[in-house]
Parts: sequence; C-alpha cells; structure tokens
Amino acid sequence: MSKTTQLEILVGAFMAAGFVALFFLAMQVSNLGTVNSGDAYRITARFDNIGGLKAKAPVTLAGVEVGRVLDIYFDSKDFRAVAVLGIYSQYNQIPDDTFAKILTAGLLGEQYVGLDPGGSESVLKEGSEIAVTQSALVLEEVIGQFIYGKAQEGAN
Amino acid sequence: MITWLATLGRAGLASAARLGRANLLMLAMWGGLPAMLRRPRLLLDQMFSVGVLTVLIIAVSGVFVGMVLGLQGYYILSRFGAEATLGVMVAASLVRELGPVVTALLFAGRAGSALAAEIGLMKSTEQLSGLEMMAVNPQHRVLTPRLVAGILSMPLLAAMFTTLGVYGGWFVGVGLLGVDDGTYWAQMQSQIDWHEDVLNGVIKSVVFGVVCTWIAIFQGYDCVPTSEGVSRATTRTVVHSSLAVLGLDFVLTALMFN
Amino acid sequence: MSPNPATTDILVRIRGLRFNRGSKVIFDGVDLDIPRGGVTAIMGPSGTGKTTLLKLIGGQLRPDAGTIEVDGLNVHALSTRDLYRLRIRMGMLFQSGALLTDLSVFDNVAYPLREHTRLNPSMIRKLVLLKLEAVGLRGAHHLMPAQLSGGMARRVAMARAIALDPMMIMYDEPFTGQDPISMGVLVRLIRRLNDAADISSIVVSHDVKETLSIADLAYVISDGRVIEAGSPHKLNASENPSTRQFIDGLPDGPVAFHYGAPALDADLFEDAP
Repeated sequence: MSKTTQLEILVGAFMAAGFVALFFLAMQVSNLGTVNSGDAYRITARFDNIGGLKAKAPVTLAGVEVGRVLDIYFDSKDFRAVAVLGIYSQYNQIPDDTFAKILTAGLLGEQYVGLDPGGSESVLKEGSEIAVTQSALVLEEVIGQFIYGKAQEGAN
Repeated sequence: MITWLATLGRAGLASAARLGRANLLMLAMWGGLPAMLRRPRLLLDQMFSVGVLTVLIIAVSGVFVGMVLGLQGYYILSRFGAEATLGVMVAASLVRELGPVVTALLFAGRAGSALAAEIGLMKSTEQLSGLEMMAVNPQHRVLTPRLVAGILSMPLLAAMFTTLGVYGGWFVGVGLLGVDDGTYWAQMQSQIDWHEDVLNGVIKSVVFGVVCTWIAIFQGYDCVPTSEGVSRATTRTVVHSSLAVLGLDFVLTALMFN
Repeated sequence: MSPNPATTDILVRIRGLRFNRGSKVIFDGVDLDIPRGGVTAIMGPSGTGKTTLLKLIGGQLRPDAGTIEVDGLNVHALSTRDLYRLRIRMGMLFQSGALLTDLSVFDNVAYPLREHTRLNPSMIRKLVLLKLEAVGLRGAHHLMPAQLSGGMARRVAMARAIALDPMMIMYDEPFTGQDPISMGVLVRLIRRLNDAADISSIVVSHDVKETLSIADLAYVISDGRVIEAGSPHKLNASENPSTRQFIDGLPDGPVAFHYGAPALDADLFEDAP
C-alpha cells in the first residue's frame, strides 16, 4: 500500500513541477506577467514616419515604462502613421501637451516611444491625441542629409 | 534493374502498409480512452515510468544547455555591446526551439526506447496474446495509458527543461559574467510573448509528445517477436522519432512564426 | 447463444480448416472434433502449426477457409464483444506462461478475477489462494514471475487460466524444456484439473509419452492434415508409417531427415554461382 502512495506522490510531484515550470514561463519569462491591458487607457499619436516601431514596444516617460504600443495603422487621409498607445492607468497625471518621439535603444536596438511631459493643467485621458510628435530617426536620411550638406559646403 | 525496381516497390508497399497499421493502431488506442478514465491507476503507473523517470535527464540537460547558451550568447552579444539582451537570447531560443526539440529527442532516447522495448518484450513473451485470451483488449489495457502518459508528460518535461535552462543561462550570465540581474529578466519579459512564444512552444511539445509516443508504441507493438526484432524496434524508435521531431519542428516553426 | 443440442457432446468442431502463412500452407483441410470433459491431445512434429491451431480456436487468428465452432458458436463469425465473452470461458496456457512480468504471482492470478468480476478484495484473495493451492504454489504468491522456475511459472499460469472456472483450457506445449520431475507434476496436474473442475482440456505437444499417458483422445497432425485419430492405445498400435515415425521418434521416415535439397554430389561439385 505504501508503495502505491509513494508512486502517487512522485507522479503528483512531477505534475506539480511541470505546471510550476509552465507558470514560471508565463509569469517570469514572458510578458504575461507585465502586460495588463485591462488597466490601461488608450491615447493616439500621429507620426510622419514611425521607422521600425512595432506593436508591443514600450512607451517610456523619463526612462520609466508607462505603457505599450497597442496598435499601429496608416491613416490614408493625411498619410501619417497612427500609433495607439496603452498607458497604464496608474499614470493618469500626464499633461495633454506632452511631446511624443520615437527613440532607439542604443545604436541598433529596438525602437520605442519616449514621452516628454509638457506644462499643461489638463491631463491625457482615454481617447486623447498627442498633438506634437517627432518621427523616428531614419539612419539613411540622416546620412543622406549629412552627405548633401558636405557637398553644399564643397560647392561654396 | 528489374529486381532493383521490384525491391523498391516491395519496400514502398511495406512502408505504406506499416503506415496504415500505425494509423489503425492509433484509432484503436483512442477507443480505449473511456475504459482508461475509469481506471486512473493505469495512467498513474505509466506517468511514473514515462514521466517521472525521465525528469532527471531532462533537468540535467536543461541546466547545461542553458549554461552553454549563456556562455556562447554572452561572448557573441558582448562583441556588439548587447550583453543586456542575453536573457532574451537564452529564453527565446529555449522557449521556441531548444526546449521542445531537445526534450523530445531526450524523451525518444529515454522513454521512447523503453516503451518500445517493454511492449516488444510483452509481445515476444506472449503477454499481449495472454491478455487477449483472458478477454482483455491489450491495445486498450496496455497501449492507451502509455500513449496518454506520453502526451501529458512531454509538455511538462519541456517546460521543466526550458525553466531550468533559463536559470542555467542566468547562473552563467548574471552569476559568473556579471550581466545585471534586473536587465536579464526585464529584457526577457519585454521581448518574450506569452502567446506567440510560450504557447507555441507548448503546442510544439504536445505534437512531439503524440508523435514520439505513437512511434515508440507502434514499433514495440509491430515488432517481430524475437530478441532481434525487439532490438530493431528500439533502434527504429529512436531514429524515427528523432527524424520526425526535427522534420515536424521545421514545419511547425514555419506555420507558427511565418 | 444457447448451444446447438446436436453439438453438446462436442465442444470444439473444426471443419475444412485452411490456413496459410504467407505462401506456406499450414493447414490444408483439417477436420477435428474435441469432445467435452476429456483431455484431447493434438500431436505432431515441430512446425506443423499446433500453436497456430490453438490461436485459431481462440479467435486470435482468422482461417482462410473452414469453420471453427466452440460450444456451438462459430468463433470467427462472432462480434468482438461476443468473442471476448467466449474467451472468458476459455483458458489458455502459453508455452512461456505469459505471466505479466510487472505483477506478482498473486496479482497475476487475481488479474482475470479483477477484470471480469465485481468480487470484493477478500473474496478475490480467497479464490486466488485456492487456485494457487490447486497448483501447489500457495506459498509462492508474493514472488514475482522473474523469481519463478519455468515449471512454476507454468503452474501459476495454470492457476490463472482456471481462475474464472472456464469450460476449457488449451495447453500450448506444456512439457517443453521441463525436467522429469516438473514434467511429471504438470502431467498429473493437467489430468487432475480436468477431472476435478469438469474442464475440457486440449493439450498440444510433441512429447509423445507424457501426452498419451493422460489423453483420452489423440490427433496426430502432419503436413497440414490429420493423419491419425483415436485413443492412445489405438495410436500406439498404429501401422501408419508417419504415425509410427512420430511415436517411435525415428530419425528418418515419411518426415525426411534431410531438408529438401538437390543431390549432394551435384551441390558439392557445382561451381559457385
């Protein structure tokens, strides 16, 4: 009888360890533990060029992650890209004249949205739109401008 | 030339027949499911020999694979000054590929070969015939619990492998090479997606569980009931399972991650 | 399901049985009757398909032609469910014993009881110990099959075969590879179980002396046919050269010593192909 119990315990421990490992993968390794889109309000920001920005990229304010990019689509009326940002609801005091820009982590890293708070009294709410944005830095354009500038200098 | 063609044709027909028998066997095993659920004890025994006994090799391999990933990843990433993404590299390769695939290969070697040998020996010592003559369906009684145990065990084993691998990489990267602890986990969490990476990895390992266990059971059940036949069945189990896992992995990866 | 009254004294009736394995003909028109209540021996040289015959009777193999009726039921026309119901009433003793190696002797004998009855554990225990007592192995109930000698394993298998009080037991080569003592034990046990429990027994064997010593009726099979049938006494007095060769164990006769081959000198002096 004790042999049976032993077997049951071992198999039970095996199943438990397996499920703990799965839980660990969900909560500790993946983003399931960090994203809680239910507790976020959505704002939009229009950019001339989003570069390599992708959905789920972080949104930071003073370097702290305050939200995620939920969706990116193209507005065919004004030919600009619209990024829908989900801001975690505890950050509900962000001024509505905040400036959004697309930044790059390191020289070759992932792109993310950085917010620069303004000085307005009213705050961003569900559905607000950020008016002032700065597009992504596209390396080819920067280099192109640099070379064009040098050529101009040489001509003068 | 003609004999050569004839041999080829015979081999083709034999393979087709084997494939057919394997499918019929699979159907027959599913038929045993209700009877097995009434006797969970049968499953318990098989969970032990298929799952619990495979944990050790999975755990040890997981830790070492993770440590190697940590070491190699660190040296490559540090050339680009991107050591911060070590956690992502370790976790992504484990969750998506190495976890399910290496677990399945080890499973085929440890549990699959044991299953094939056990069933083959039961066949060659007439135990399966004996059950049949005792009016007990050996496919339902002997094979179904083994199949279910294999399918249940594989994703759990793969999850253990991946988890221990992530910790192995953490031990080398953070513990020995000085990557920041917070960065290791934070980068991992921001880049690994629950649905796209983890769940797809779990789906992979369930598929591998079905395939590896099925191959092992079929090879054991279909073997020539002699000692040579059993040894061939064991070898074939490992070879066929490994090839099937690697081939399927490519197909599944292509389907899942486009 | 009720047995045909005309067949009540015949338990197993085989008519026109044909069976091929690949291109090899194993049975070519076998007619056999096995009466109720006795020990029937089926003898023949190795490789004549005696084990195959038992598997055909048990419904594990399908004949290419002919019918096999057991207790009035055509074995190969039964549904799976009815076949399994019939098998509960058949016991079979395999050459190797076919004990389940992961269960103890006790659990092996209890297996069919647990499988097919709803008896409570104490009842099962009593029955198992009684069955083991009948084969003289009550003291070995805690051993594992690997700890048993070949003869003991066969006796345990016998206890298991009679666990459900079947109407018949089929013995597949029960005497092969036994020392004289355990051979004697098995011989007497088969007869005793047959008479005590009113079971019909079919013994398939090539051990002529032992088998004939307990058989009521014997068949000799050779080349896929029944070549001789009758009481052991009649068989011993048979004039049929094939039967004589088999019973007396002569090296050469109708069953040739040499496997079919071209003439020796032709084979030896032929250039290698």
